[in-house]
Amino acid sequence: MVDMSVKIGAVTLKNPIMPASGCFSTDLAQVMDLNRLGALVAKTVSREFRTGNPPPRAAEVEGGMINSIGLPTKGIDYFLQHQVPDYKRFTPPLVGSISATTIEDFEAMARDVAKSAIDVLEVNISCPTRDPKGGNFALHEEHTYNVVKLIRATTDKPMWVKLSPNAGDVVAVAKAAERAGADALVVSNTILGLKINTDTFRPAIGNKFGGLSGPGIKPIIVRMVYQCAKAVKIPIIGCGGIVKVEDVVEYMLAGATAVMIGYLTFRNPTGMVAIIDGLEQWCAKRGFARVADLTGAMIDEAPMETFAAAAAPIG
Amino acid sequence: MSAEPFASAPYVVGESARPVTVPHIPAQELPAQELPAEESLCPVVSHDWVNDEYKHLVVEASPKALTVTPGQFFNLLCPSPDVGELFFRRPQSVYRIDRERGQIEFLYKCVGRGTRGLATLEKGDELNMVGPLGVGFRLDPAWRQIVVLGRGVGIATLGPISQAAREGHVGVTAILSARNPDFVMADGFFREAGDVVSVLDTDGTSAVENVERILQSLIVQRLADAFFTCGSNRLFQLMKRLGKAHNIPGQVAMEQVMACGLGPCYVCVRTFEVDGKKELRRVCIDGPVFDMQEAVGW
Repeated sequence: MVDMSVKIGAVTLKNPIMPASGCFSTDLAQVMDLNRLGALVAKTVSREFRTGNPPPRAAEVEGGMINSIGLPTKGIDYFLQHQVPDYKRFTPPLVGSISATTIEDFEAMARDVAKSAIDVLEVNISCPTRDPKGGNFALHEEHTYNVVKLIRATTDKPMWVKLSPNAGDVVAVAKAAERAGADALVVSNTILGLKINTDTFRPAIGNKFGGLSGPGIKPIIVRMVYQCAKAVKIPIIGCGGIVKVEDVVEYMLAGATAVMIGYLTFRNPTGMVAIIDGLEQWCAKRGFARVADLTGAMIDEAPMETFAAAAAPIG
Repeated sequence: MSAEPFASAPYVVGESARPVTVPHIPAQELPAQELPAEESLCPVVSHDWVNDEYKHLVVEASPKALTVTPGQFFNLLCPSPDVGELFFRRPQSVYRIDRERGQIEFLYKCVGRGTRGLATLEKGDELNMVGPLGVGFRLDPAWRQIVVLGRGVGIATLGPISQAAREGHVGVTAILSARNPDFVMADGFFREAGDVVSVLDTDGTSAVENVERILQSLIVQRLADAFFTCGSNRLFQLMKRLGKAHNIPGQVAMEQVMACGLGPCYVCVRTFEVDGKKELRRVCIDGPVFDMQEAVGW
């Protein structure tokens, strides 16, 4: 038996596999048992109703996909009255994700949502597509600190802050979020991109820019997880391009405590469950009694002297 | 084939058409019978060109896949047609359901990388399908005569509802619109279900004004208790206008660029209007079949 549980601050997950916000809803109960998941992560909600961005909202690219959905939401009242109870039909902890355009509204949203039955508050300060300029709080150390600090003062709920890979210095932003009181970091949201249709000469996405996700971005985000894990003490949740068991292992070796999965669900709707089973088998085969022991276990030595390395066996 | 749910080598990108070696989900842990849809690998029974652009694919379906109803769809993991990978599934409505033989048929047009990849499947290969998905067509027991109006590959989507109407002893008039006689697909199949009127671009009969005359005539003859359409926005707008004027209920099957196929991602939205108020609905889970008067366009 492998102990698959992981601890993210005060929250214990029965396994480290969660959906990424925006790639999950109870609609997935059409094809899978949602109670298998480590946690349920709701789509980001904002105070008012939002229609979202013009279609086409997604396009395939080599290595994954690009999307600009624009955070459509029925608003906070609908979320609290209907969606939270809908999620609470299932047993895993519920992560509620919030977004806002001003620091004051972020604070108010956090206060209102934290009072509900959610178990964790995810602060999405990094959606690259809700602002046409691609801007968001997580691009800046100071903005991140200010918004997280204010939210921390309003609630004791476990708070996970979702970072942006589009920040110039993601490590500085990670440290700012930790300093301001985040309980964990989600690394990360999508990478801002542009795809142009060569038949029509127009952007492939209705909103022009979109967030790149899928297996193609994984090495970039694994690197960011590694860098952030070196710089902060709070747990990190790796998110970006996981499509197989070994990708989860890689994120954990880099320093992640748990992971979130988005794109894979689009390709294989039951992929998260397959990865939970596969990860347990992987641990058993490799002799790990606890999956949590993988976190930060990358062997991290100084590079070998070049001539010595070039004379050594491969692998 | 195995009736157990399985997930194809679910975490290996690019292995779409390979056989499953290990079922990754222990069957006893999954309340499989209660779930309406599944990911299944369906062996290809036959796969033939019907003209220069359209292919007819027949697969051996799992028992759950066979619960598909007219207008519902499957999200297909197509093999890649080139050196790259495909990263999205492709939604495909069903052309024919043969429950006796346990087969599902698709009739599709090769237009892009997904369908060109799908076209490479050969007899004996396996197709990874997620489904059945979405809300299909509805037949009201009060209807005695329906009209289905399809254009191009959209004709295929109207196959199962015509089949179901015939089985329910409801009369069907099928108006099939195409560029030329080679592209009037499956008129033999529709002839089994009812009367067929083919309208073509080559002789001008497919013009909207002519289709309107045909529909008006059917209305006068009381052969139009309900309208069904797929494949053309212009013909949809025509049916919507006539349906409104004559108080004839209608349903339209729509398509949109889709990602998850199950609801969460909100990629495949279309505009609808109810009591003067516009809203977005998802083609994958709120549709793909919608009330004709509420749909705005596609």
